Amino acid sequence: MSLLEITDLAVHFDTEDGLVQAVRNISLTLEEGEILALCGESGCGKSVTAMSVPRLLPPGTTKLTGSIKLDGRELTTLPEPELRKVRGKDVSVVFQEPMTSLNPSFTVGYQIAEVLRKHEKLSRRAAMDRAVELLELVGIPAPRRRVKEYPHQLSGGMRQRVMIAIAVACSPRVLIADEPTTALDVTIQAGVLDVFRDLRDRLGTAIILITHDLGVVADIADRAVVMYAGRAVEQAPVAELFARPRHPYTLGLMKALPSAAVNGRLAEIPGMVPSPMSDPDECAFRARCPRAQDDCAASRPLLVRQAADHVAACFHPGEQP
Amino acid sequence: MAETLAVPVRSGRADRRRRLWRRFRRRPMPMAGLVLVAAFLLLALLGPLVTGDPSAQDYAATLAPPSGAHPLGTDDLGRDALARIAHGAQVSLQAGVLSTLLAMVIGIPIGLVAGFYRRWLDPVVMRLVDVTLAFPFLVFAVGLAAIIGPSLKGVVLALGFSQLPAIIRITRGEVLAIREMDYVAAAIADGAGDRHILFRYVLPNCANPLIVQATVAIPAAIIGESTLSFLGLGVQPPTPSWGVMLTTAQQYLDVAPWLAIWPGVMIALATLGFNLLGDGLRDVLDPRSGR
Repeated sequence: MSLLEITDLAVHFDTEDGLVQAVRNISLTLEEGEILALCGESGCGKSVTAMSVPRLLPPGTTKLTGSIKLDGRELTTLPEPELRKVRGKDVSVVFQEPMTSLNPSFTVGYQIAEVLRKHEKLSRRAAMDRAVELLELVGIPAPRRRVKEYPHQLSGGMRQRVMIAIAVACSPRVLIADEPTTALDVTIQAGVLDVFRDLRDRLGTAIILITHDLGVVADIADRAVVMYAGRAVEQAPVAELFARPRHPYTLGLMKALPSAAVNGRLAEIPGMVPSPMSDPDECAFRARCPRAQDDCAASRPLLVRQAADHVAACFHPGEQP
Repeated sequence: MAETLAVPVRSGRADRRRRLWRRFRRRPMPMAGLVLVAAFLLLALLGPLVTGDPSAQDYAATLAPPSGAHPLGTDDLGRDALARIAHGAQVSLQAGVLSTLLAMVIGIPIGLVAGFYRRWLDPVVMRLVDVTLAFPFLVFAVGLAAIIGPSLKGVVLALGFSQLPAIIRITRGEVLAIREMDYVAAAIADGAGDRHILFRYVLPNCANPLIVQATVAIPAAIIGESTLSFLGLGVQPPTPSWGVMLTTAQQYLDVAPWLAIWPGVMIALATLGFNLLGDGLRDVLDPRSGR
């Protein structure tokens, strides 16, 4: 049994314009100590998939079906008070915006101590001592002094480290990091990624990394799921994925990397993402795909095994176009 | 990074307060306001202890001009104007602070709940607020005075309730903004419950505009108390109030003008002081002025 098993997850949002199908029947697993990257462009459903685990989606308008099992325990039917005990303890989240994700009215030490006092029932003093250790763990220098500081006294990179310290305070089984380095300088990014790697190695935390940056995926992830229009289109260990991408969308993303630029120009993927409202029985990437043929319009390709541990949803998974 | 500097361990809270004070101190007008407010508080709290009985009558010296014995003169019953000013300050302070406190104690929870939970409560509360705002304050106060009788209690209730809509509206507006903040989303992700989010995340972060509002509400209430007392709807003689003193003084404006001047000056200075202080606090506490 895997640590986290997501089966046939579909998430729809009820909006004024109709039903938005953000995630369409995705299944994936996460092993203990594994770093899994969810990648794809904006709106492909990667964040919604991950946020479904602790159910951090707008409660009134979200329709969620399928199954999410953490250690064999079903989370989708868990009542809200039970879920609150899971959030921050078993599953925690690091958000994209370090500048605004900390409470400006309290010291960072207080905010780290807060989750420890809630979930671990630590005393105020013990929680503060632990907060200092956690700041040290995430690589903040002079942690004894920093615990007493307010968020506005820290830089963006520091604040992101504090966010990570809060997230890992209760040694979660699963850490969800939603574009954790996007808002940071490139020089700080590497440092933050090191913190994640270090946490996995030391605490055995499994990490779901949401990113559109394949550079980050190559750097840190063990396995990657490429999503397009709410579905997984390719899934493989990172080395295999980068060596032999099968889906033309994955290939397009790789060609859009700055390091892959030809003649100083990045290759973009032409066309637009299909509407999230309708879901015709065809390949969603067909209109933008260089390999598209008649059969791509006839039915939707399913995930098919391409190699050991490597699946892709494409009728024409040639190694290179 | 500056970690190599041997900075002594200091509390972030004290540090923040120190920085705010430094920023405040550099501004002349808020400092003048602070001085005026401090003088007003001193007068209200200690003045009555120093000056004599405000109701002691001296028929040998009615409507006496300022002199050594009576620095601000006496009124038509020979009562010392200085003693009455000092005791009047106490009444003004009570009216200003108690009514504002009353409005905050009732208004903040209502604003918090309406803004946080929305649903059916929010529109109901806000329409009630609109209706209350459309109601003239004096008419409301007259009605209340008629029900519970003219007294300091009536003044505090009338002023408190007339400030309520503003407090509710400000609180609700702040809550609406703060509940969408990333740090609230982060708190939910850390497993925080509603109550925890309300008191640890929402309330502390809407404190600044409420503090500023208090410094606006207190002088408004001081003027309100004087107005109501002047009209005979507030504090009743012989209790000294600046408004009551003005009522008496207007009859003797041509023979004893000093009786009208000092209560008027006091009302103006106390109000000015709070307003200057409030402006300064708003500048210093405003997150957009580079926190």
